[in-house]
Amino acid sequence: MQNLQITATAPDPAILDLPWHLPLVDWPDEVLAAFPRGISRHVVRFVKLSGRVIAIKEIGESVAYREYELLRQLRRLDVPSVVPVGVITGRQDENGERLEAVLVTEHLQFSLPYRALFSRALRPDTADRLIDALAVLLVRLHLIGFYWGDVSLSNTLFRRDAEAYAAYLVDAETGDLHRALSPGQRAYDLDLARTNIIGELMDLAAGELIDEDVDLVAIGNTLVERYEGLWETLTGAESFGMDERWRVAARIEKLNELGFDVGELEITTDIDGVSVRIQPKVVDAGHHARRLMRLTGLDVQEGQARRLLNDLDSFTAAHERQNDSEEFVAHDWLRTAFEPTVEAVPRELRGKLEPAQLFHEILDHRWFVAEQRGADVPLAEATRSYVENVLRDRPDEQALLGVTPDERAAGVPDPDDL
Amino acid sequence: MATVTFDHATRVYPGTERPAVDQLNLHIEDGEFLVLVGPSGCGKSTSLRMLAGLEDVNAGNIYIGDRDVTDVQPKDRDIAMVFQNYALYPHMSVADNMGFALKIAGTPKQEIRKRVEEAAEILDLTEYLDRKPKALSGGQRQRVAMGRAIVRQPQVFLMDEPLSNLDAKLRVSTRTQIASLQRRLGVTTVYVTHDQTEALTMGDRIAVLKDGLLQQVGTPREMYDTPANIFVAGFIGSPAMNLATFDVADGYAQVGEARVPIAAEAVSKLTDADKGKVTIGFRPEALSVVDQAGPGSFPVEVDLVEELGSDAFVYGRLVGPKALDAQVTSGAGTGQVIVRVDPRKVPMKGDRLYVSIREGEQHVFSPSTGERL
Repeated sequence: MQNLQITATAPDPAILDLPWHLPLVDWPDEVLAAFPRGISRHVVRFVKLSGRVIAIKEIGESVAYREYELLRQLRRLDVPSVVPVGVITGRQDENGERLEAVLVTEHLQFSLPYRALFSRALRPDTADRLIDALAVLLVRLHLIGFYWGDVSLSNTLFRRDAEAYAAYLVDAETGDLHRALSPGQRAYDLDLARTNIIGELMDLAAGELIDEDVDLVAIGNTLVERYEGLWETLTGAESFGMDERWRVAARIEKLNELGFDVGELEITTDIDGVSVRIQPKVVDAGHHARRLMRLTGLDVQEGQARRLLNDLDSFTAAHERQNDSEEFVAHDWLRTAFEPTVEAVPRELRGKLEPAQLFHEILDHRWFVAEQRGADVPLAEATRSYVENVLRDRPDEQALLGVTPDERAAGVPDPDDL
Repeated sequence: MATVTFDHATRVYPGTERPAVDQLNLHIEDGEFLVLVGPSGCGKSTSLRMLAGLEDVNAGNIYIGDRDVTDVQPKDRDIAMVFQNYALYPHMSVADNMGFALKIAGTPKQEIRKRVEEAAEILDLTEYLDRKPKALSGGQRQRVAMGRAIVRQPQVFLMDEPLSNLDAKLRVSTRTQIASLQRRLGVTTVYVTHDQTEALTMGDRIAVLKDGLLQQVGTPREMYDTPANIFVAGFIGSPAMNLATFDVADGYAQVGEARVPIAAEAVSKLTDADKGKVTIGFRPEALSVVDQAGPGSFPVEVDLVEELGSDAFVYGRLVGPKALDAQVTSGAGTGQVIVRVDPRKVPMKGDRLYVSIREGEQHVFSPSTGERL
């Protein structure tokens, strides 16, 4: 009776067992992992599939295909975004009534929706860190010519990235990929982002999830400042005298420091050769992540990579191996420091944080214990202490979704319903 | 309130030869609902984005009222992209959901409340203003999204395929609502769609684009009755117009065995480039079924009958001498013609019908230029 059309890159046959003949709102609790929080424009459900979690969104057919393609392009361009699984069309209910097409994406493991971040008592600078992460994401999207059209906290997911956050795009429905964006497109996207973010924060304030005294408009304005500052650093032209040519190297170093590689730098000199003008033309995010990947094969986020590379440097110095090949030392660090530390965390607690984030927090914890004690603490001991004193009390963040069917059945209120 | 004028506005994307929008000249009256329509890639969305300031204008100018906005930042153009931001905030009342952008802009509280109440009145949301959005139906939530644009009191509303991500039922009801709301508000509106039915049902006037070029602007009636060229003729109307090319001799088009008279004025406009041929357009509803072959009637062989209750459509082929050379196109594709027939006198597959074009309902085009003669 159904004539499903499944467009997917690597289809999982288990997807066929889902109750496609039912409208998504009527799907039984057994297949659901959770209901999303907040009010969504479309019906969205999180569903368990072969030990993973997928997000399913009911949406018009042409829009579904369009968003699927866009998300695939963003993946190819290495932009942090959710992984599209596929589009399913041709759904019918038992009476032969046509049902809406769906877009399926993978749930981003260890991601944190902003509502979850705000509704737990977190440090006051959380908002700042989220805004920073969003500014970086928006700059990266604009650099590759992506106009988002509906930038907001709710269309973004956040992952812990060492002491900061990394932002991922989750909703590309209104987006468009261009060869390059005009200043008007960037300005409009940024203005919309500002309005949406302030609106979302006002909503949290109305729900008494954040303090009334916080200046919400100022937080929105921070996004604009951070975005503009980063954009200028990454793309702005600078001129200097011929005798100041060290500034070329300094500019590249500065961009590396911010986590960007310079793929192409335009250098022009004036006719008399008195001054030089430089302007980065191609910059790619992920400077540290790429370096760590090359050395160790670990695929982690930029801030985490920076932290791990720092630890690798300490490791090199502590073992006096500055003259050895970097690759060899990195291999030994991975085998004797990183892997044993992560494996020393009891299996049942590993779902709380990503391995690289665990390692980062253990390093922080070691520093904290060492300071209290006034002496160095071995990594193995720091790990045990961290597990017992910190990790056990942390919530599980591997699949932090909305409201689970059990919670709903038990009448646990959705904070957004109050 | 304001007029909108595109004056030779052109957009060329870097690295492409052909402009995405080529010398667009279009004047939209104050309070008018104008629909930009055309197939994918015709330049309709690019035109709208040029007006919004989201696309550079490489040549020409764009005016809102008397103000040249060609180089003005999007947020300073006094326009609103409707339905850009749908997300409703669960903790905020419907009133706050509508007015929050004004609050951010620092508009005084009383002024916000006044504008929100006015918008709610128009949108039939007054009794919900102090409730939370969870209490609203899907359609009411749509109206809150509209309310956000209304309270800003912009000079122009812009809508880019706003119905494309709604399900089929909501699409039809929202279509009607947007059209009637726009008339009540009287705010100049530019609306983009690829769907000609949406264009015909909503617009005061319709502008049809193809390959970046404006084909024709007019009221829905004008576009339907006097399409300016073959493209518009085939694009506007559902099912689409039948179009076929025939030899012309002594003021008659040779349609199979029949001779269809062509106005002398039209014949006189044919040129050598037309090689003695003429393209005739006739809508499915412009054909009468006649009892037998007459001087102006031609035969159609029935392939399929589609019965819709109030209407029935015959999908068939022209038969007879020269029928194969006629390059027939219609809503059913190449080689097919569509005829609307009396649903109580439906022919059978394989039957042969004789049809004639009703007086004054034939459209004559030059095969070489595609222009109406």
